[in-house]
Amino acid sequence: MSEFVTQEIISAGMGGQGVLKAGLLIAETSMKEGYNVSWIPSYGPEMRGGTANCKVVVSKRPVGSPIVTSPNVLLAFNRPSLEKFEQSLKPGGILIYNKSLIEIEPKRTDLKLVPIKATEIADELGNTKATNMVMVGAYVKATGYLNPEKVKEEIKHMFASKPQFVELNIKAFEAGYEAAEEIK
Amino acid sequence: MEKVMMKGNEALAEGALRGGCQCYFGYPITPQSEVAEYMSRRMPELGRVFLQTESEVATINYLYGAAGAGVRCMTTSSSPGISLMQEGISYLIGAELPCLIANVVRGGPGLGNIQPAQADYWQATKGGTHGDCRMIVLAPNSVQEMFDFARDAFDLAEKYRNPVFILADGALGQMMEPVELKPFLEFDPHKNDSWATTGAKNREPHVITSIHLEPEEMEEFNRHLQAKYLLMEKEEVRWEEYQTNEDDLDILIVAYGIASRVCRNAVDDLRASGIKAGLLRPITLWPFPKAEIRRFADRKIPILVVELNMGQMLEDVLLAVEGKTLVDFYGRYAGIIPSADEVVRKAFDTLKKVGK
Amino acid sequence: MEKKKLIRGRPDALNDKIMHYCPGCGHGIVHRIVAEVVDELGIKDRFVGIAPVGCSVFAYWYFNTDFHQAAHGRAPAVASGIKRARPELIVMSYQGDGDLAAIGTAEIVHAANRGENITVIFINNAIYGMTGGQMAPTTLIGQKSTTTPLGRDPRKAGFPIKISEMLAVLPGSRYIERTTVTSPKEVNKTKKAIKKAFELQMKGEGFTMVEVLSPCPTNWRLTPKDALKFVEEKMVEYYPLGVFKDEPVFND
Repeated sequence: MSEFVTQEIISAGMGGQGVLKAGLLIAETSMKEGYNVSWIPSYGPEMRGGTANCKVVVSKRPVGSPIVTSPNVLLAFNRPSLEKFEQSLKPGGILIYNKSLIEIEPKRTDLKLVPIKATEIADELGNTKATNMVMVGAYVKATGYLNPEKVKEEIKHMFASKPQFVELNIKAFEAGYEAAEEIK
Repeated sequence: MEKVMMKGNEALAEGALRGGCQCYFGYPITPQSEVAEYMSRRMPELGRVFLQTESEVATINYLYGAAGAGVRCMTTSSSPGISLMQEGISYLIGAELPCLIANVVRGGPGLGNIQPAQADYWQATKGGTHGDCRMIVLAPNSVQEMFDFARDAFDLAEKYRNPVFILADGALGQMMEPVELKPFLEFDPHKNDSWATTGAKNREPHVITSIHLEPEEMEEFNRHLQAKYLLMEKEEVRWEEYQTNEDDLDILIVAYGIASRVCRNAVDDLRASGIKAGLLRPITLWPFPKAEIRRFADRKIPILVVELNMGQMLEDVLLAVEGKTLVDFYGRYAGIIPSADEVVRKAFDTLKKVGK
Repeated sequence: MEKKKLIRGRPDALNDKIMHYCPGCGHGIVHRIVAEVVDELGIKDRFVGIAPVGCSVFAYWYFNTDFHQAAHGRAPAVASGIKRARPELIVMSYQGDGDLAAIGTAEIVHAANRGENITVIFINNAIYGMTGGQMAPTTLIGQKSTTTPLGRDPRKAGFPIKISEMLAVLPGSRYIERTTVTSPKEVNKTKKAIKKAFELQMKGEGFTMVEVLSPCPTNWRLTPKDALKFVEEKMVEYYPLGVFKDEPVFND
C-alpha cells in the first residue's frame, strides 16, 4: 500500500447516482480503520437542478474544516461535475471519472487520471444504481490505503436493511477495484 | 462504546431527547431542518410531542407555554428564524423558564446565505432580546458535542431556571462524524412542580409572568436575575486549551466552534515550523472565559482571534485583555472556512507585528 | 333571628379582589362567567388560563387558578404549548381584539386550523383599551378613536375584521359562537356558550372560541349605559350574534 496522505475528497454527480452514499462508504470504512473522518453534503439550492455532491475528509489528525474547497481526490460521476470541480483539484490530485457519461477529456495535465466506465460496468452487473460502488472500487484501488475486504464488510452493513442489494453492490465494488489502477 | 456516523443536526436532536426533551416545536429553515425531520420520527416513537408550527414567532411561544408547564422542551432554528424568536426569548428569561434553544447559524445579514457562519455571536451572547437578558451559550465544535451539549442542556437550564442556548453553525449541522451515543439521562420529572402550571390541585395557583409594573419591584427582579447571571459567570465558564503549557508561548490563537478545529491544526503546523503556538477555545461564549484569556495577556503573549465573521468575539477578547497585549484578527465568512495554512500565514503576520 | 340565604356568592375560581377594570367594562362580567363555569365543571385544579397583553394582562390577579401571561398576540401558541405538554389540563386563552385580531392573527388562525384542543375567549370591544383608545382591527367604520379622530375610513384604515366568521370556515375549528353581555339574558347565553366550549375541550374535540362583544365606555367616551346601547345597536349590526360553527372536526 502507498503511504497515506490526508484525503480531501469531493464526490459529485447527479441526483440518483449515489454520490452521497459513495462518500459515506469511504468515510465509514475509513472511520472503522481508525482514521478521523468527516462527511458533509451539498445542501439547499445547490441540491436543486439534479446535482449533488459531498465532501469527505479522511485524516490521521483531527479533521479541521469538513468543507473541502481544494480536493486531492475528485470522483466525477458526470460531465457537469468534472467541469465544475476539475480546476479545484490540487496539483497531482487524483481524478476518478465516469467514462460512461463523460465523453470529454480532462483539461488538466498535472493530475493522476483514473477513467472508469462505471455506469456501463454497473449496467452489465444488472443495475446502473450500483455505479457509485464501481466508483468507490476505483477509489480504493487508486488510493491504496483501505483494505478492500473491509469496504465489502461495510457494504454489507450499509445495505443491511436491503439484503437483496448486497451482492450486486459488492460485485460492483470489486469490478471497479479490478478495472482501476493503483496510483503509485 | 461504539461510534456511529451521524449528522450534527441529528446528533443534536438525539442528544436532546436523551436529555429528557418531552416537546419539540419548530419551523423548517436551512441548514437545520434535519432536526425537525428527525424529531418528527423519534418523538412520537417515544410518546413525546413533535409539532411543526406556523412560524418561528409561534414556535418560541409554544416553547414558552410548554416550558411554563414545567416539561423539558426545545426548539432549533437558523439565524433569521432566531431573530424572529427574540421577543419570546426575552419572555422566557423574564419568566425564568428553563428550555433549550439552538441556532445552527448561517450567513447574514438579511436572508444572507445558508452556509456556515459565526455571525450571530453578538445576538447570542449580548442579547438580540430586550431587557437585561443573559443565557448560557454553548458552542460545540464537533458532532459529538452537538449530542453531548444538547443532552446536558436541560439540567443546566433547570439549575438556573433560564434558557440554555447552543450556538452551532451550518457545517456542524450538516456534517457527519463519528459519535458515541451516551445513554438516556435520568432526571426528576417533578423537579419543576413547585412553580409550573400543572393545575392548582391542593396548592396555591402558580402564575408564570414577566410583568412587574412597580419600578421597585422591576428593579428587585432584575437584581435577582443579575445574581443568577453572576452565579453562572462563577460556575459555568467552560473552555479548552491546546498546547498552552509553556511559559514562553509565541502566540495564542483564540477560536470557537468550527473555526477552532482548523486552528488546532494550525497550532500543530506552526509548531512544526518552530513557532510555539497555543489554542484557547471558549466553549461557553457566555459566560466568556475572560480570566483565562487575561492570563495570557498578562504575559504579553500576542493573541490571534479567528472567526467566521468580521470580528465579534474579538470584542470580548479585547475586553478580557484590557489592552495588555496585541490582539489581531482573522475572519472569513459564510461558507468560507479558513484552511490551517491560511491561519498559519496570518499567525506569522501577527508575529511580525510584535517584532518576532 | 333573621334568616339569611346565600343566593349567589363569589365563585371558587375567583379571588376576593377588587378588579382594576373601569366601571361598565365587560371584562369583569366575562371573568365571572368563566369562573362560574370552571366551578360548575369542577376543573379549577386542572385549569390554566393565558393572560394576554391588553387590559386583561393581570387577569391572573382575579382567577384562583394557574395562569400564564403571554406576549402580545401569542396567547393561542402559549395555550397550545401548555396543552400539548400536559393534555390533562384545561387551557383557556383569554384575548382582546388588538391581541387576537391584529398582531396575533397568524397564531389564532393556525391554532384553529390545527384544531388545537384549547378554548379561546375573545373579547371584542372594537378598541385598544390599555394603550388608550386607539383603533382596533375590529373598530367599526366611522367609529372615532385616538388614531382615527375623524372616524375609521376603510379606504385608509381598512375594514373591521370578522374573526368568528373567518375561523368558522377553517376545517379545524370545532365550535365558534359570538355572544354579548349587554343584558342578563345575553350574559346567560354567553355563559352557556363558554360552558359548551370547555365541555368540548374536556372531550378532546378541538378548537373552540367564544367571541364576546363587550363594552368599553372609557375609551368609547360613553356612559356605561350608552356603551351597552352602542354594543346592541352598532356592534351587533356589524357583528351578528350566533353560532358560526358547531360540527365535529374528525368523523372517526
